[in-house]
This record gives sequence, structure tokens and C-alpha cells, in this order.
Amino acid sequence: MNKWTALAQKMSKWIILALTFIIIQLLIQVNIINDYLQATLATICINIILAVSLNLITGFTGQFSLGHAGFMSIGAYTCAIILLRMPTTWGFLAGIFGGALLAAVVGFLVGLPTLRLRGDYLAIATLGMSEIIRILFLNMEITNGAAGLSGIPRFTNWFYLFVFMIGTIIVITNFLKSSHGRACISIREDEIAAEAMGINTTRYKVTAFTIGAFCAGIAGALYAAYFYFVKPSTFGFLKSIDVLVIVVLGGMGSISGSILSAILLALISTILQDFSELRMILYALMLIIIMLFRPQGLMGSKEVSLKIFKNLLSYMPSRKEGQ
Amino acid sequence: MEQLIQQVVNGISLGSIYALIALGYTMVYGIIKLINFAHGDIYMLGAYIGYFCMTTLHLGFLPSLLIAMVLCTLVGITIEKIAYKPLRNAARIAVLITAIGVSLFIEYGTMFFVGAGVRSYPAMTGLMVQKISLGSTVITMQQILIVAVTVVLMTILQFIVKKTRIGKAMRAVSLDNDAAQLMGINVDTTISFTFALGSALAGAAGILVGVYYNSINPLMGIMPGLKAFVAAVLGGIGIIPGAMIGGYLIGIVEVFVSGYGYSMYRDAVVFAILILILIIKPAGIMGRNTREKV
Repeated sequence: MNKWTALAQKMSKWIILALTFIIIQLLIQVNIINDYLQATLATICINIILAVSLNLITGFTGQFSLGHAGFMSIGAYTCAIILLRMPTTWGFLAGIFGGALLAAVVGFLVGLPTLRLRGDYLAIATLGMSEIIRILFLNMEITNGAAGLSGIPRFTNWFYLFVFMIGTIIVITNFLKSSHGRACISIREDEIAAEAMGINTTRYKVTAFTIGAFCAGIAGALYAAYFYFVKPSTFGFLKSIDVLVIVVLGGMGSISGSILSAILLALISTILQDFSELRMILYALMLIIIMLFRPQGLMGSKEVSLKIFKNLLSYMPSRKEGQ
Repeated sequence: MEQLIQQVVNGISLGSIYALIALGYTMVYGIIKLINFAHGDIYMLGAYIGYFCMTTLHLGFLPSLLIAMVLCTLVGITIEKIAYKPLRNAARIAVLITAIGVSLFIEYGTMFFVGAGVRSYPAMTGLMVQKISLGSTVITMQQILIVAVTVVLMTILQFIVKKTRIGKAMRAVSLDNDAAQLMGINVDTTISFTFALGSALAGAAGILVGVYYNSINPLMGIMPGLKAFVAAVLGGIGIIPGAMIGGYLIGIVEVFVSGYGYSMYRDAVVFAILILILIIKPAGIMGRNTREKV
């Protein structure tokens, strides 16, 4: 194999990413992807960020969190408040990172005591936490109560969505490949055994939780700067469930599973958007049926990767040589 | 001072409802270590069954209460058989997710069939609208009814759990599932029976809340369900008297918070109590700490 093909193979991931970005950008330019489809696209990207980060907490570290909507709302409100006072690109970036940092700080503070709890207690504690956050937003002056904040300038576009989505995925997959990530996975497999091996379980659980909260904050900020308004009822219990459904359907412990199921579910809800009750019944049945018949989700803990194509390519010539 | 007594009276009526729901949570958790998220929705179904008994069938309160309890029992057993039983040996997280699925299914299924709108219970007549005034403290007949029904049901529950064979089986299974099975106890029947008891109590709580607050809707079960769970944790999950105490405490705290002008924060306070209790004493008021063994 010569140098160039080796280089091309190494770069193929990035080339495919760049092509995806350029093709969709062109489709938006020539208006094949119209405003309506663009909103779906934004939802998909935001849901991917949310699902991948929840997957880090629930799927890889095994800590069942029902509070993702709470962290998302912190990001959304922070970004909205900053953008309403400073409607510039710098304000937008400050909003994203400010929101994400604030969400991470809250995640850290909440995670520190509650992550000592076992599975189902943690679920209720995180649920309680996100309800408290929602009620605070409902009652604070700066967040304008139940009416929420409106008239937020739109800064989120395909470029930012793509950059932050890919950024989140890269950060989280690399984290999982590091020794920290391996420690998190060992906690999921057997917490007592992990502790016996000298892993500081609380520390790694809090790390995963804080990273997850940070990414959820980014997702919230992108949401606020795309959909013009935020209100507390958007970020209720059902939003957390929405994200959970994506993670469970895709497979707890599979990043590419989360991505695929985020896309699939966004398409399903676009089709069913006029029948919101039916959509929820379908979601509910999906949760039950997946748990009963395929508890590992569509992908289990497997990942889709370019290796499949590479394997196919290398398989075919080798057979010819054998003949 | 008078206002204080009035708040306590209101708190006890609300607390009775939480206690009834919390009992179901705590029994189910005690026996299969599952937070039955669908429990709050069985309470909602109880309220709707009561509503249809009183309006469509023109039944009185007591027959409606009995019908609601019986039907909720059936629903509870069915849920256990279909959704939870196949997962008896699965990971805890899988069962928890299933419970959330069942809960959503009941909520939106009900919404699909009866509509999302709020319905109001028929107005009470005769004896039920009487009020008793003690100084400036007013006790309504509805409040007396709620407390009376709750006390009667709790007494029956205590009798079943402490004095009957099936109650003994319940206690045995919650202590040690495998050992109970080895002693010849039919664990599946016992678990179904636990669900039946819990669901009947939730159904009763549903119809009582309909009579007390007058308005019901398909999503009414979420918040009281969560608060009742907080009550169960507060009292020490798995411990029946703990759920009763926790329910009354949560009810009184909530009424006090709203009575003194912070009604917007009453849900937040309940969840703050939950987080505090989980940090300070996760075993709850009546619970004992147990060390986890490998």
C-alpha cells in the first residue's frame, strides 16, 4: 500500500465529515432543505448532543439520571439572557460557554452528594433536582416566570450546530478511550469490583456527570439561540424522558447508536407531530418493548464505524488472491 | 395560632392521600426493589374510575370507592404480569425504564381515550357539604371522610401484613427472596398480591382526591406520585409505618409552605427535602443502615 492511500485512509473520517457538512450547507443554500426541514435538522443535532452526553452518564458510567432537561434549561436560559443583552456573535459564544459552564458547575454540585446513592435513588434525586431548577426559573424575575424569554436573536446555524455536535462526540469518545473513561465503564460493570481495584468511584461518577451536564448546557444554549424563545415548561420531566428514549433505543453504551436513534426518532416525531398523544403512546410502547425484548437497544454496545467498509474492501481482494 | 391549627388540619388531609400512595410505593420497593413509576398513574386511574362511577353510573361514594379499588387492583396486577414479571432477573435499570414506559403509556393512553381536558367531580350534597367549626378552625366533612377512609384502609393493611399467611409471605419475600422461595413460598403470587394491595390503596387515594379537590386530569398522577415516593423515602423505603409518617409529614410541610405565601415553591421544597434526606440519612426516618456486602 503506498503512502497516499494510507494517508487517505487515515483522513477518510475527516473527509466524510467535511463532505457531509458541505453537502448539507449547499442544500440549505439552494433551499432544498427549507426552513421546516432546517428546524428538524437543528432538533436532530441538539438531540444528538443531549443523547450522547446522557449516554456517557447512563450508558457508559451506569448512573441513571433523569435530570438532563434541567442542565439543558440552565444552558438555554444563560444563553438567552446573555444574547438579549448582547446580540452579537461574541455574545452567542459567551452564552454557549457560560451556559455550559454553569450547567457543569450545577452538575458538579448536585452530583457530589447524590452520586453516592445507588441507581434508583439517583434517578429520583436527579429528577428532583431538575424539577427544582424548573421551579426556580418559573419564579425568578430575570427569567420572566412562566411566560419565559422571547425574542432571542437567532445565531445558531448549521455551522455552529455541526461544530458543537461533532465536538461533543469527539470529546466524549476520546474521554471514553482514556483511562478515565475505562474507569467509568468499569463502574458500570461492577461498582464494588471497581472500588476494590482502587478506582475512586465517586470521583469518576462526578466527572462523567459534570461532562454530561456541560454538553447538555451547550445543547440548551444552541436550542435557545435557534428557536427564539425559552420557557420553563419546555424543560420538564418529559424532555428528560425524550432524551432517555433516544439513548435506550440506540443502545446504552453505543455513541453511534445514540446518533442513529436521534435521527430516527426526530423523523418519527416529525411525521407524528399532529398526533402528539399518539407519539407519546408510541414512545411509551417503544420503551417497554425494547426493555422486554432487546434490553441492550438497537445497537447494544457496538459502534458503527468506517471499519465496516474497510473490512469489506480488504475482504474482497483477498478472496480473489486466494482463488 | 388558629391559622396554625387550620394548616395542620389541611396538612393531615393532604398527607393522608400521600400516605395512601406512598404505601404502595414502599411495599413494591420493599419486595422487588423497583420504583414503580406507574403507581402515580394508577392513582389517576382511580380518580377517573370514581368520576365515571359517580357521573355516568350515578353511584354513591362508597360503591364508587369499592369499584375504583377493585379495578385499580386488576390494572396493577396486569401491569405486573405483562411488564415487570418478564424482567424479574434483568438489570434494575431495565425495569426502571420499563416502569417509566408503563407510566407514560397509562398517562397518554388515558388522554387519548378521555381527552386531555380537566374534568370536575360532581358536587357533593347532603352530609358531605357540612362543615364543623371549632373556633376559627374549619373542618370540612370531606376532610373527615379522607382521614376516616385512610385510617380504615391502613388498619386493614396492617392486619393483612401482620396477621395473615399472605402477609407473612410478603414480609418473608421482602426480607430474602431466595430464602422465601426455598421455604416453599410462591414468590410470584406474593409479588402480585403486593401490587394488588398497593394499587387498591392508590385507587382509593385517587377517588378521595377527586372528592377533595374536585378537578382531575390525565397527568394529575405525576406530581403526587413523585411526592408520595419522596414520602416513602423520608419514612424509610420498604417500611410500612414509615410511609404513613412520611406521607403525613410531606402533606403538612407542603400545606405550610403554601399557607405562608410560598405556594409557587411547594414542589421545590418537597424535592429539596428528598435530596437532603438522601444526603443525610438515605435509610429514612425509620430505616436502619445496612452495609452492602459482596
